[in-house]
Amino acid sequence: MQATQPRFKSRQLWQFHGGIHVPDQKAVSNAGKVQPTPCPKILILPLQQHIGAPANPVVKVGDRVLKGQVIAEPRGYVCAPVHASSSGTVIAIEDRPVPHPSGLSAPCVVIETDGQEAWVDLPEPLTDYESLDPAVLRERIRACGVVGMGGASFPTSVKLNPGKDHQIHTLVVNGAECEPYITCDDLLMRERSGDVLQGIRILLHLLGARQCLIGIEDNKPEAIESMRLARAESDIRDRVEIVVIPTLYPSGGEKQLIKVLTGREVPSHGIPAQIGVVCQNVGTTAAVADAVLRGRPLIERYVTVTGRGVAKPCNLNVRVGTPAADLIAQCGGLRRNLRKLVCGGPMMGFEIDNQAIPITKAANCLLALTPAESPDPGPALPCIRCGRCADACPASLLPQQLYWYARAKDLDRVQDYNLFDCIECGCCAHVCPSHIPLVQYYRYAKTESWAREQEKKKADHAKARHAAKLERQERQERERQAKLRSRKEAAKEKPATQGQAAHVVDDPKKAAIEAARQRAAAKKAALAEEGVIPKNTEDLAAAQQQQVAAAQARRRAAGLREPEAKAGPEARDTDQTHQPPQTKATGPKAETASEEQA
Amino acid sequence: MTGVVVSSPHSARVNRVDGVMLQVILALIPGILAMTWLFGWGLLINMALAVTFAVAAEALVLRLRGRPALPVLSDLSAVVTAMLLAIAIPPILPWWLTLIGVLFAIVVVKQLYGGLGYNPFNPAMAAYVFLLISWPVAMTTWLPPHMLADQALSFMDSLRAIFLGVAPGGNWDAVTAATPLGEMRNQLGQNRMIEEIRQSPLWGDFGGRGWEWVGNWFLLGGLYLLWKRIITWHIPVAFIAGLLVIAGMFWALDPQTHPFPAFHLFSGGAILGAFFIATDPVTACTTKKGQLIFGAAIGALVFVIRTWGGYPDAVAFAVLLMNIAAPTIDYYTQPRVYGHPGAGK
Repeated sequence: MQATQPRFKSRQLWQFHGGIHVPDQKAVSNAGKVQPTPCPKILILPLQQHIGAPANPVVKVGDRVLKGQVIAEPRGYVCAPVHASSSGTVIAIEDRPVPHPSGLSAPCVVIETDGQEAWVDLPEPLTDYESLDPAVLRERIRACGVVGMGGASFPTSVKLNPGKDHQIHTLVVNGAECEPYITCDDLLMRERSGDVLQGIRILLHLLGARQCLIGIEDNKPEAIESMRLARAESDIRDRVEIVVIPTLYPSGGEKQLIKVLTGREVPSHGIPAQIGVVCQNVGTTAAVADAVLRGRPLIERYVTVTGRGVAKPCNLNVRVGTPAADLIAQCGGLRRNLRKLVCGGPMMGFEIDNQAIPITKAANCLLALTPAESPDPGPALPCIRCGRCADACPASLLPQQLYWYARAKDLDRVQDYNLFDCIECGCCAHVCPSHIPLVQYYRYAKTESWAREQEKKKADHAKARHAAKLERQERQERERQAKLRSRKEAAKEKPATQGQAAHVVDDPKKAAIEAARQRAAAKKAALAEEGVIPKNTEDLAAAQQQQVAAAQARRRAAGLREPEAKAGPEARDTDQTHQPPQTKATGPKAETASEEQA
Repeated sequence: MTGVVVSSPHSARVNRVDGVMLQVILALIPGILAMTWLFGWGLLINMALAVTFAVAAEALVLRLRGRPALPVLSDLSAVVTAMLLAIAIPPILPWWLTLIGVLFAIVVVKQLYGGLGYNPFNPAMAAYVFLLISWPVAMTTWLPPHMLADQALSFMDSLRAIFLGVAPGGNWDAVTAATPLGEMRNQLGQNRMIEEIRQSPLWGDFGGRGWEWVGNWFLLGGLYLLWKRIITWHIPVAFIAGLLVIAGMFWALDPQTHPFPAFHLFSGGAILGAFFIATDPVTACTTKKGQLIFGAAIGALVFVIRTWGGYPDAVAFAVLLMNIAAPTIDYYTQPRVYGHPGAGK
């Protein structure tokens, strides 16, 4: 920490392809401070508020829970626990409508709050985190249920564990907030800039990264100022740079922001760690600071309630699980000319038709749009191939080609045109003069492709099993035939000299079988002479071994001859072990037996 | 709230197909006025006919196809096609040829392929070529610009010529003239030198008198389209560059048998083609690199066909030839997708 001057005064910025300028509409909601919310009567906590497996509920209906108490534990690595965001009683564990584009329900823990806000005993603050192993910090972050708060809700502890192969040099903190209307990150940077910096300090230590770049769009001067002050006060100021980037949607997309700040591109189908970068939202860094320095789980977040369809747009500090209706009520209710209610921003959010849905860890905005703000695009016209979508696409895709093939359900061609590099930002649909719901087509094609992939996996598995079955049946049939043949021949040759049987056979195949038969017989005979009978007792369970031991003990007690113990535990039944040793094993019966044992 | 949940984005759409088409129509106005001033009322009469026929033909086909007609007609694409065809055909073309041309453009080239967005060929140019091949004399009988004309055609003269096929004064030869491209071709065919040819009063500073200024007005409209971002610079610039480079090369080699490059640019349909026809999004390339190739190839083909082909002007042929190639060019000029190996770090 020798350099104290800001080193990157004029950092070079890069551009990503395309992008669009949309009226940012930030002024609708960014005026006041973040307001507290009263404790809601009911909290609805979905078990899956993150990417990965749903968490496993550890409370029962009727249980009293305290604020901050774990009510569902992670199931699997890519998962996050869920905490009660206030104290009260669990009144139901059932499917409730959740914020999801499908509008479907999902399992939730429903808590009736008691208004006491009684806290559970929180884990010890890890103020001395610099002396701690990253794994300990990751475990704390995981235990506090921290997930990406920018919208993707990927479990943060997983993202902070890029593996030994990836040396992280840069932490990118995303304060771009490029979606129109949303201002909760703006307000968070204004009001909790210190926490953001503390979180960054923890993450830099945890990742072993040498620098942190905080990207903020230039339409948030107050947030930039506040972050600059916090940076100046921080002891990591020479490793942290606040980079003001031009306002251009979707510069807050992880891949786009990394390109703008570092000039490097995240490999297709890859993760930022592959180029030495980890990207976290500003809200997530503040949540990390809460988790590590205060032991506080992620049970609250800032939510923007905005749009001209709501009476008093503002930002609220909301307990996770609060029904959307409570927030809307606090903001003065919906106006009569509401056209749609959206969860998230206007570009990537999804329409909700049920105000009972709860705010989750990833829900950053409730957007009430009037017909003027979100007019009906009308029926889609044919694509005129004007290419505006391609000009706007931040991934340099050819959206019109993707649309063409998605519509034709040509799933191979859509993937040839890199469907899975689409980030669903909506730029293409926004500029399309034919008003084609392009993103909808891409989502459809992605879902279909995934489904087909699953089908293919299943089919491949079934095919492999079928092939194995056929092979087995053929082999058994071959063996049966061979046995049959050898038996017949043996019967034929019995009158003749038995020892010359092999020489008599003309067929080379038969000769080979005969030779093998004789080898096996000879081997068996030799073993029999030594008193060792080929065993089928290799892989026995402990219980079976005990049985064998018991049987041998009985045998010894009875004064019978003990079977050979050279080859470890024996499993042969006493009857079989006491077969009289065969001196000569050329008879067909003996051969059959040896084949069966082979 | 609506019952139907619509996928994101929820923003107001910023572009409309009819808006795009309307801008194209507006951008055509200076060129149309200039041509009307030079060649008389015929162009406007043809245009009114063509637009009427086009809208009627499209409505009829949509009816046959069992599709609602209004949303399609209101996209104005048929109007644009009709206007472009009317600009391309001679101002005194008999009305029934205009009708045939429009029917071919709208019914065969556009609707039989599935309507707007599905047609592989530019409808106006396909119809122009169809008429030119089928009725070559009528399609090459142009009027002289008014400064060269002995008698300018009145509105009624034009109407009579178009609907009744009656020449003013009873003599067609007295009122018609070849286009500068046709004249140049004809003279060069008689082994005359450019210097000699240009002695004639038909010629202006770099093209045919009068004719040479039409391009400027279409250029004005083209710049308007660029400013309004209806088109991008790639196709027009590549078209003009392709034409000028190859024309300049041959002119430099032999200025006596190859006209000055600007002659090519300001004669015939070059400027109109560069800004209004080659840029038809449906039939052009969509990738930026592809658009450069597409435009440059049209420019080069225009010169090749004008110089060695069978027809005086070549924009329509060149555009149609490159329409065929557009999907292939697009396929091979896909941009590098974010995060894929290639350029950059």
